[in-house]
Amino acid sequence: MEKTAEEIFQDKIDREIRIEPRDWMPEKYRQTLIRQISQHAHSEIIGMLPEGNWITRAPNLRRKAILLAKVQDEAGHGLYLYSAAETLGISRDEMYEQLHSGRAKYSSIFNYPTLSWADMGAIGWLVDGAAIMNQVPLCRTSYGPYARAMVRVCKEESFHQRQGFEILLTLSKGTQAQRDMAQDALNRWWWPSIMMFGPKDDESPNTVQSMRWKIKRFTNDELRQKFVDICAEQVKILGLTLPDPDLKWNEATGHYDFGVINWDEFWQVVSGNGPCNKQRLDARRKAWNEGAWVREAATAYAAKRAARQAEKRA
Amino acid sequence: MQASTNLISTTDFLLHLADNALIMGHRNSEWCGHGPVLEQDIAISNIALDCIGQARNFYQYAARLMGEGHTEDSLAYLRDERAFRNCLICELPNGDWAQTVLRLYFFSTYQYFLFQQLQHNSDAELAGIAAKSLKEVTYHLRWSSEWVIRLGDGTEESRQRILQALDALWPYTGELYTPVAYESVGEADMASIQTAWLDHVKAVLEEATLSMPDMGWMQQGGKTGIHTEHLGYILAEMQFLQRAYPGAEW
Amino acid sequence: MKQYINKYYYGDYGEAKNGAADITANGHHKHEWPLWEVFIRSKQGLDHKHVGSLHAADAQMAIENARDVYTRRMEGISIWVVESKYIHATNPDEAASLYDPANDKAYRHPTFYDLPDSLTHI
Repeated sequence: MEKTAEEIFQDKIDREIRIEPRDWMPEKYRQTLIRQISQHAHSEIIGMLPEGNWITRAPNLRRKAILLAKVQDEAGHGLYLYSAAETLGISRDEMYEQLHSGRAKYSSIFNYPTLSWADMGAIGWLVDGAAIMNQVPLCRTSYGPYARAMVRVCKEESFHQRQGFEILLTLSKGTQAQRDMAQDALNRWWWPSIMMFGPKDDESPNTVQSMRWKIKRFTNDELRQKFVDICAEQVKILGLTLPDPDLKWNEATGHYDFGVINWDEFWQVVSGNGPCNKQRLDARRKAWNEGAWVREAATAYAAKRAARQAEKRA
Repeated sequence: MQASTNLISTTDFLLHLADNALIMGHRNSEWCGHGPVLEQDIAISNIALDCIGQARNFYQYAARLMGEGHTEDSLAYLRDERAFRNCLICELPNGDWAQTVLRLYFFSTYQYFLFQQLQHNSDAELAGIAAKSLKEVTYHLRWSSEWVIRLGDGTEESRQRILQALDALWPYTGELYTPVAYESVGEADMASIQTAWLDHVKAVLEEATLSMPDMGWMQQGGKTGIHTEHLGYILAEMQFLQRAYPGAEW
Repeated sequence: MKQYINKYYYGDYGEAKNGAADITANGHHKHEWPLWEVFIRSKQGLDHKHVGSLHAADAQMAIENARDVYTRRMEGISIWVVESKYIHATNPDEAASLYDPANDKAYRHPTFYDLPDSLTHI
């Protein structure tokens, strides 16, 4: 019996053959990818803002250069991801419209404010650390352009987490005021970081389909546990503490137990009530609206020049 | 006596070059995350990074000559407004994209012709930094001149905006090529730099369908530490952590 | 009825709360700068390889954007750009007729030939 297009598609997925832009794919697969990739791209772009907040205040020239390079990398990552989404038939402008109108989501972590220099360390170590944990498996995701974008992102991302840890390490060896600054940053960023992995598995009923399509390769809870296990060890090097009294090694499971996540806060922030949601979106809209005349000018000039060149050839 | 005077001039000149690059880098870095389109956000951040890199090279060399525990960071973060020697044009606010790219164009053109001469300076270290920086500046010049042309010959709105930027920035261009005493260390022929700068600007403005403004009155003072009111705010922001936590390592 | 797959990822909280991103995907947007494909030669002696895409108003800007976006870590020494609309591609549905016939031509590969071990420099 002739296989259906859907069976051929699933067969490719099962045999770890990447799906490429012109291949047949179920409409829901395409929609799932567009949403996921564009939300990921939006997260990179919005994610530039909290750290960008400290570029002009970085405490020395080395840190200033590193931070600027890092935030610029995030722009690059957003660009790679928007490009990957564009192969699925949506334009970058449409994705921007979704972001600017508030219909599209982005990682809720970026709706928290950066209040001290130590936040640059905490974001690098925890937020980028959590992002990498999510992103590494995505390098093998079933959609080719997405997987290739993620390979590039992961390659560039590796310095981000290291520079963040280095900032915290330096602070932890510094004055009491600096150690307090570092601890305060961990206190504020730890819980939002572990929320980054998304809701618990039993509240994500459709994970099964994403796993079957190999868009997703690990569940939220698996990745979160892995992250907690790693951070609980690394924090010892800093001589600081993670703000969770229930965090302790469990011999039986071979993992760290940790406290209850405040999911109410998570959903409040996702749905627009975080401390900086409005500020972040306003900043993006402002940049986009104020850039409109620049983009139009370049288009107009390109057309004029092309016309002149055509005239010259004629 | 002669030797120490020379040393003072040399460090003054290095600080002037470093301050120029740092303040330009600082201003351009303010665009990061706020550019008109993603690709150009990345481009202007690259330029800002180049400028900060240039500043670090000049500061590091100055710090070595000055000794007494000076570092690139003590020079950037612990000098006050009156000690900064950057040209006024560097510290002016970014304004819109037109003002930003026109300022960068004016500044890069100056750096381009200056570094062409500095790369042959009798001080090998200074010459080396200039030669390295020249490669970066060549790209900044290309990138910014293309934007000036694009905006001048783009839409009616972009043309109006670049004309406004030209009005606002022009009085600050003369300082670039008008030397003060310590610039003799550069062993550069400033008159030829002025000529080359004016010729280049004239050609680019023409291609942008704009005409060269009259020379008019030129603002001066940055090179000798008499700044606009803008610099104080840049430094207040930039130096805040170093000032609030004296002696801390970061 | 719109029914999408919920999956929860980095940067993706699905549409369960507060609405979904509307995935209409009507393709081209009229004000957008055109899309360009970027090919980079990473070092002398190697082919240009496709690395990704970007937007630019014209070819000159596309080259510069490619330089700024794709060679920040010394990934390249030469750049090609081509506007994406000029790329012509094979249709994956025709893959069987286009590529499978090469399957049975083992004689095109050097290992097909059984020669004595004593034979060298061949």
